[in-house]
Amino acid sequence: MRHGWFALPRPGLRWLPVWRRNFLVWRKLAIPSIMGNLADPLIYMLGLGYGLGGLLPQVQGVDYVRFLAAGTIVASTMNAATFEALYSAFSRMHVQKTWDAILNTPLSLDHVLTGELVWAASKSLLAGLAILLVIGALGLVSWPLALWVLPVIFLTGLAFAAMGLIVCALAPSYDFFMYYFTLFITPMLLVSGVFFPTDQLPAMVQAVAAWLPLAHAVQLARPLLLGRIPDDIGLHLTVLVVVAGVSFCIATGLTRRRLLK
Amino acid sequence: MASLTGLTASTASVSDAALHVSGLCKSYAGETVIAGIDFVVPPATCFGLLGPNGAGKTTTLRCCLGLTTPDRGHIRLAGRPVPAEAEAARTRVGVVPQFDNLDPDFTSSENLLVYGRYFGIKDAVIRDRIPGLLDFAGLTGKANARIQSLSGGMKRRLTLARALINDPDIIFLDEPTTGLDPQARHLIWERLKRLMVGGKTLILTTHFMDEAERLCDRLAILDHGVLIAEGAPRELIASHIEPQVVEIFGEGAAAWAAIRQGLGERLEMAGDTAFFYCRDAAPLLAALAGETGPASGLRYVHRAASLEDVFLKLTGRDLRD
Repeated sequence: MRHGWFALPRPGLRWLPVWRRNFLVWRKLAIPSIMGNLADPLIYMLGLGYGLGGLLPQVQGVDYVRFLAAGTIVASTMNAATFEALYSAFSRMHVQKTWDAILNTPLSLDHVLTGELVWAASKSLLAGLAILLVIGALGLVSWPLALWVLPVIFLTGLAFAAMGLIVCALAPSYDFFMYYFTLFITPMLLVSGVFFPTDQLPAMVQAVAAWLPLAHAVQLARPLLLGRIPDDIGLHLTVLVVVAGVSFCIATGLTRRRLLK
Repeated sequence: MASLTGLTASTASVSDAALHVSGLCKSYAGETVIAGIDFVVPPATCFGLLGPNGAGKTTTLRCCLGLTTPDRGHIRLAGRPVPAEAEAARTRVGVVPQFDNLDPDFTSSENLLVYGRYFGIKDAVIRDRIPGLLDFAGLTGKANARIQSLSGGMKRRLTLARALINDPDIIFLDEPTTGLDPQARHLIWERLKRLMVGGKTLILTTHFMDEAERLCDRLAILDHGVLIAEGAPRELIASHIEPQVVEIFGEGAAAWAAIRQGLGERLEMAGDTAFFYCRDAAPLLAALAGETGPASGLRYVHRAASLEDVFLKLTGRDLRD
């Protein structure tokens, strides 16, 4: 075991009670939680979309607000999954010691982490779904193809939750998360085609952006919301699945080393 | 033939044991925390693991639960090898951790419900058990109370109730009464005795000697990663220490004691207090009788030797951090 921290995760199916625990907490705070997931991105989207959009010609053949709506769903998914895997998971691991309590039961750390991973992705799905309903009501998406964005959101949530759990495993305190946001999440948000098409960027930045999971999520979600079948579906799905899988293996190894030593 | 019978008997007792630890070693970054310890806890008994801070108590418990993998040694918990089958072993085990980690977002009964689910117990079964467990913990009427509204003693009792949600055979308690007031401690002790009468095996760590003396059938003293004494509390007192203690303190106590060292079998000084350990305290008490009038600054206490005296003799009086 000592040299086996990074053995493959063995999630099994017993992670479900961990997911249910988080769901029960969420249910008690559902309304403020949904408002928090919804209000901020919608204010930006509507403000920038109609305000800035009025100054712009069409972007990639659609009104700017429609272009931005698709980016907003993906960005909100990323934020929701990241916050849950960083701040909320860290609280449960380090502050409330909820994970320690669970580890005294027949569940293993792999079960706890799988429960947290799927929970963070579920929460990001709820956040994305809430925004989808609002922008749908505003007539900014094309049904029914837009419904396919839901599995994309869930997969995006898994990828960002898994990456977030790596950071959680390494964090000495909450302050550490600021590095992840300012050095990784925020730059990614700007170069992945959320606010403007990536072909506006210098070639070198575009080359980097092509590797970022958020860019792949955007390239899947935007066409679906605008009523088109995305190009290169296989490539984008593969990137997201690989990022989720590899990140989760690393996160599991690091967390085992932290908690089971 | 006798040795063969003895061997069979000891093998049988090992495989029936609630917990069997042999040759356990663990070090972190080259620093040895546990340096080869062995002990057996028979079912339906209470075993106490005592030791100063940093002696390796918590690491030992973590190894027994399969949360830390030992460098060497064998552990069997509830009849299963640990860590290989730790998850299965833990289905028969309840744990009261040193620091409360109840879920602050939940009520008392939600805490029990959510915890029972981790054991794979059906909701209906857990809901049936909750009223009895809350009653046992003296928390009837607090089913829907939020955790923040509970006192320290109530939280500890709820943690104990939570450890019983799977009706375990073996219960680990890591310093179960640290930080509680005397009323709350006595209530916890009374509940633990009830569990013992009910046939549960208790394994507890503590540094309250009165707690160990009251609850434990057997105890082991752990220091610097080795077991330095093991036995029933009365046996340990009888075999390691003189039966009577006279503590002398007040003005000039140290000087007074230093020249009368011969009046006890052993003299220990702690600051300005002298501890005389005696088989017969009568000569010392006679000497003191003449000295401790109202005019003198000298005071004394004469008492029977306790487990605390054994502990201090074996582990020393130096502070541990």
